[in-house]
Amino acid sequence: MEETAVKFTAKDFKSDQEVRWCPGCGDHAVLSSVQRALAEIGVPKEKIAFVSGIGCSSRFPYYMDTYGFHGIHGRASAIASGVKTANPELSVWQITGDGDALAIGGNHFIHAVRRNVDLNLLLFNNEIYGLTKGQFSPTSGKGLVTKTSPFGTVEEPFSVGELVIGAKGKFFARTVDANIALSTQIYIEAARHKGTSVVEILQNCVIFNDGIHDEVTGKEVRDDRTIILKHGQPMIFGKNNDKGLILDGLKLKVVKIGENGITEKDLIVHDVTEPNPGIQYMLANMRYPEYPVALGIIRAVEGLTYDSSVHKQIESVQEKAKIKCVDDLLLSGSTWNVD
Amino acid sequence: MGRKADVIVREEVVIRFSGDSGDGMQLTGTLFSDTAALFGNDVSTFPDYPAEIRAPQGSVGGVSGFTVHLGHSEVNTPGDFSDVLIAMNPAAIRANAAWVKEGGTVIYDQDNFTEKNIEKAGYKTDPIKEEKLESYNIIAAPISTLVKEALKDLGLDPKTVLRTKNMFALGMVYWLFDRSLNYTEVFFDKKFSHKPSIAEANKIALRAGYYYAETIEALTPVYKILPAPIAKGTYRNINGNQATAWGFIAAAEKAGLKAFIGSYPITPATGILEEMSARKDLGVISFQAEDEIAGICTAIGASFAGKLAITTTSGPGLALKSEAIGLAVMTELPIVIVDVQRGGPSTGLPTKTEQADLLQALYGRNGECPVVVIAASTPTDCFDYAYDAARMALEHMTPVLLLTDSYLANGTEPWKIPAMKELREIKPRFANKDELPFIPYKRDEERLARSWAIPGVPGLQHRIGGLEKNTLGNVSYLPENHEKMVKIRAEKVARVVNEIPDLEVQGDKKGELLLVGWGGSYGFIITAFRELLAEGYNVSFVNFNYINPLPGNVKEVFRSFKRIVVCELNLGQFADYLRMKHQEFTYHQINKVQGIPFTINDIKEKCIKMLEEK
Repeated sequence: MEETAVKFTAKDFKSDQEVRWCPGCGDHAVLSSVQRALAEIGVPKEKIAFVSGIGCSSRFPYYMDTYGFHGIHGRASAIASGVKTANPELSVWQITGDGDALAIGGNHFIHAVRRNVDLNLLLFNNEIYGLTKGQFSPTSGKGLVTKTSPFGTVEEPFSVGELVIGAKGKFFARTVDANIALSTQIYIEAARHKGTSVVEILQNCVIFNDGIHDEVTGKEVRDDRTIILKHGQPMIFGKNNDKGLILDGLKLKVVKIGENGITEKDLIVHDVTEPNPGIQYMLANMRYPEYPVALGIIRAVEGLTYDSSVHKQIESVQEKAKIKCVDDLLLSGSTWNVD
Repeated sequence: MGRKADVIVREEVVIRFSGDSGDGMQLTGTLFSDTAALFGNDVSTFPDYPAEIRAPQGSVGGVSGFTVHLGHSEVNTPGDFSDVLIAMNPAAIRANAAWVKEGGTVIYDQDNFTEKNIEKAGYKTDPIKEEKLESYNIIAAPISTLVKEALKDLGLDPKTVLRTKNMFALGMVYWLFDRSLNYTEVFFDKKFSHKPSIAEANKIALRAGYYYAETIEALTPVYKILPAPIAKGTYRNINGNQATAWGFIAAAEKAGLKAFIGSYPITPATGILEEMSARKDLGVISFQAEDEIAGICTAIGASFAGKLAITTTSGPGLALKSEAIGLAVMTELPIVIVDVQRGGPSTGLPTKTEQADLLQALYGRNGECPVVVIAASTPTDCFDYAYDAARMALEHMTPVLLLTDSYLANGTEPWKIPAMKELREIKPRFANKDELPFIPYKRDEERLARSWAIPGVPGLQHRIGGLEKNTLGNVSYLPENHEKMVKIRAEKVARVVNEIPDLEVQGDKKGELLLVGWGGSYGFIITAFRELLAEGYNVSFVNFNYINPLPGNVKEVFRSFKRIVVCELNLGQFADYLRMKHQEFTYHQINKVQGIPFTINDIKEKCIKMLEEK
């Protein structure tokens, strides 16, 4: 996608449709951040397609003045892969949730990531089924009491980052719905990255799972319970910027700068481009209270995309091909004449 | 080469090659049918192989067969009963004895008729005697011994040597039918250009078989089938799956679009995906998806993005695609879904043929969900119906479901190659970029088709999806709007009737009995019809290729016959559909659900009985 000199504003990407999410829903903030990001990215709106599955967040395409496709449950990755492979010139965004992407659409999700189709995949993770009114999802914490788990779930949740890396993913980032500045920056980076860019958004469902991320993302605690990773920077966090992460044997460890002789130099320097996902994998899986939860871009490794490879292959075959049109094809091989 | 044997000129002959699934029978049959077609015979073939890639050696379940029917006049079926059976082992006798014409020729590899193999095939003594074939023209040839002898100087390992047994047998058949070895020899030179010793071994075995047949002179009678009087033109052999793939590629070129296929491998439809994947030279984008659902969903995405979108499958896969077909109906995007039918339900009989997906194709979706349904009826007309399916999808903005079947997919026929300029125009309904604002569900009055706005075009940004919409493309829960849209979608498909051909009756336009067929059983029914007619019976025949909507003249055709007899390879799905659509008629049925096509006699005997009942 080429960037143009024309300046856009967030408003340019708003459709005329009334936004119907519940008041207080985290989706409003995501919509706003995405529109801001698009204004900065500068791709004209006719070259953008938003594709979604089913769920509250999947209403997203209706609110964007771009091309939009509201698909069926779980299949957004497949539809979006089709759109992008058909026309790699388009900027294709997939909007999905924890149920849509990881339960019913789990298969399509991992395969889109494995192929590295150049999609920007925003996964709204509220750890609950909202549209069906409050059943547990594949990311609900073990023991969560919901309408279909009145005595608490007995199953282990998925970790989005772990799945992405396990599926050979090359880009994974995490943000919080209400953090518009961080989110906007991450969406811009996700769009610029060539390949499947998965962004997990810790999103709040104000009705069925209100405050599920507050323990980590609440205003009072977030500085100490999250770490915003920056490429090339040491891993520092905390209200007073006095905590950090070091590698202790084969594990990450939280340390306090100044204690036990630890200085900033001992901290790990974040490298999003490292192809070996070892440390990125550990970062993606950090959970409170043992660790701060990692935000920002965790992994961003260059690689060939599926869609461009498909078209390159076609071009290279066509260059050498003897068959140039269907008439050539029909007459190729063994034929005979009847006079 | 002198020919002392009697030469019998025949109108048509059916030859069946049969052996273990590792014996190379499919290749043997294909080489023979190509040679016959090059000579100018009309040919129809049918491969018949087990689902297991290699079933236990020597077992009846592992028998792989290939039938070639060649004739001096038009040939419509691979034939029921063979004039010549080539049996590479006792199991092949077991599987085919009942299908050899009385007094026919059976050639078998004597060396393979060991006690163990005889027992494996379920015989106690001599299979020929047990099957009461002694009075037939039986040729026991020690094929294994002879190829070993013929190839002894090449220094090949014994396994490679024995792999040429099929070529020895083929050589015998070439002599029997007085055919040139040239095509097959050239084939081996090309195929094994990097392994000249293998090419040489196959050619030596082929010639050895040919000379052996000449030497023993036991192969009487020698059959001669003159070339068929077929229309002038350039011909090639083609099977149904290849013809289907080429039909789509031709439609894409005609419409000025790129073809996109999103599919998941499934027997017997995989050949279409393989052929289209090989056609990168013509710009086909192929996407082998992670499952059937992703196959159609990538195709829907590609259709949204402006490509001629295809997804191919067989019955179980069609079941998985149902929800997404509904999405294509709701978004009114052009897409073609191919169902190469096989024996069902569930995994059923993956390599066998059946026509039992008809009702699934018509109705197997939630909600009021009409799609155009059409069916091909010969391997070569798969090209025409694939082409027309694409045309209808693009011009009417609707999903089109094309039904073929395992028999068509794998069967080959000579095909008179069309020129692209002869094919009907295809005009996709692109949205007019000057007519703003773009209204997604605004329709043309004639077809009720909406316009196709492709991402990338400035100003036409719009949103579509599975939720019910109003004309403006906005989500609507209004009761009246839903009913209106449901009716419009149904009417849009119904109006396709205005642009499809009327039924054509073969035989008299009125009479005692009308044979009715649809799709792939065409060849068997028309052959039965011709034979009945030749025997003086008052019968006519009509074949349906357009199923939904039905052609406009059904009532007119049906009301001129005393009896309507619907023949299909299921328990009566098309008959039931006709009962629903045209209740005023009584429908008789001839059905078969054995995973194999009709025989001509299946149909003839029942018709004669009905005609005699009066």
